[in-house]
Amino acid sequence: MGHLFWILLSAMVVNNFTLTLFLGLCPFLGVSGRIATALRMGLANIFVLVVTSFSAWFLNRFVLVHAPYLRLISFIVVIASLVQVVEMAVKKLSPALFRALGIYLPLITTNCAILGLAIFQTNRGYGLLEGLFFALGAGLGLTLALTLMASIREDVERADVPKLLRTQALVLFIAGSLSLAFMGFAGLGSAS
Amino acid sequence: MSYVVTASPHLHSGDSTPRIMWNVVLSLVPVVAAAAWFFGPTALLVVLASVAGALLPERIWGRRSATRDGSAAITGILLALTLPPGIPLWMAFLGGAFGIIFGKLVFGGLGQNVFNPALLGRAFLQAAFPVAITTWPVAGGPWWGLRGDTFAIPFASPQPLDTVTAATPLGLMKFEHKGTPLWDLMLGTTGGSLGETAALVILLCGGYLALRNYLNWRIPASIFLSVAIFSGVLHLLDASRYPGPLFMIFSGGVVLGAVFMATDMVTSPVTHGGCYVFGAGIGLLVVAIRVWGGLAEGVMYAILLMNAVVPSINRITQPRVFGTREAA
Repeated sequence: MGHLFWILLSAMVVNNFTLTLFLGLCPFLGVSGRIATALRMGLANIFVLVVTSFSAWFLNRFVLVHAPYLRLISFIVVIASLVQVVEMAVKKLSPALFRALGIYLPLITTNCAILGLAIFQTNRGYGLLEGLFFALGAGLGLTLALTLMASIREDVERADVPKLLRTQALVLFIAGSLSLAFMGFAGLGSAS
Repeated sequence: MSYVVTASPHLHSGDSTPRIMWNVVLSLVPVVAAAAWFFGPTALLVVLASVAGALLPERIWGRRSATRDGSAAITGILLALTLPPGIPLWMAFLGGAFGIIFGKLVFGGLGQNVFNPALLGRAFLQAAFPVAITTWPVAGGPWWGLRGDTFAIPFASPQPLDTVTAATPLGLMKFEHKGTPLWDLMLGTTGGSLGETAALVILLCGGYLALRNYLNWRIPASIFLSVAIFSGVLHLLDASRYPGPLFMIFSGGVVLGAVFMATDMVTSPVTHGGCYVFGAGIGLLVVAIRVWGGLAEGVMYAILLMNAVVPSINRITQPRVFGTREAA
């Protein structure tokens, strides 16, 4: 149990996908203007990451055993189409949930964080349960980064930012500062 | 007779930004003096370099009055206090400039920044020059002597000068499981950054600021309490592995960070309730990074991380406007 907890915590803060590994930067910079949308984006990310983890494990275990060179292409195809199918199902079964998360799902499926998770998981040889905790931690980490960024951006909107730096430039500066702060977590858990 | 109708508040305390800031500078003088006492004139040089690094960009790109209100000087002094005495001066200068430019000016100047500029400069130096910033010369030695490669030319010093270095109390505890007498920690006769060794002096200066209400005492109080509780629980669980609460509070940068860094008016929460949450979070992160992290010291990162959470804390602890219902 402790092992699984450290996998989750490590993916969430120590090796935060966005702030330490610089994966999934497009939603981080693009959809972090409002806390409400950032939270939904984070939830959608958690969902897709968990689906990814499961399908990557399934592919590795049952399909790609004799054809590991097909890994990359099959990850991309299977994950993207699975998410599309799930999206259709959600649209049909729960329109409310679809309105909350639906529009983000197609955006995320081609994200590097998703493929990154599948590859990390494969390289580290995670089993089903480990993979799911890893995906959950990565998703929570993305949500954390998105929400922190959104709350800072909502505050900074009122600041007297030099014209040259408004919008994306300042967002990148804030992202860099956040990333510097997250360096404090480096090595967390490795000492004990 | 004419009546001028204005919105509240109607009473002015007489305080202004420059007055508060110069008071903080004044309260930092004894801490700098203590640093000079322990580490010699090198300490003053580091302070000067870092203050110059902070003032220059503020003068070039900031508002005209910005260098005179003393806030950039505070950033420079605080940054210097977190640096090792033997650091090359150009690094101290660079750290001050980085902190002011990327921590403050890009947000539009005083009062609008998210992260503490001094700590951001320190975090930058830690990331850029990890060796220089963790080389701790021994306390003592010839008072006049340089404590390291002070006058190094930027990017041109392949061989560091021979200096006698020693681990900080935290490093000793973390990597060799050796304690340091509490009294040494209080007085400051240990290795460490310029301003973090003399805990008693810092506490006295902080007391002055708290009395004048220039810092919110709830922040340092909740940081100390939170560090004491978390490290105390760990100490009770396994006294051989985890140091006691008094060591945790008085070693490293906890006192300096709690009194001067976390209480920065701009980057701390606006409500009293928020201050307790803020302080508790810092304490928890400090203990977590020190005990389970790869680094010996985590105060800087703990405060920076909680700086990032402050907008959320402010939003959550926002008081309800009198007479209104719960916001829908």
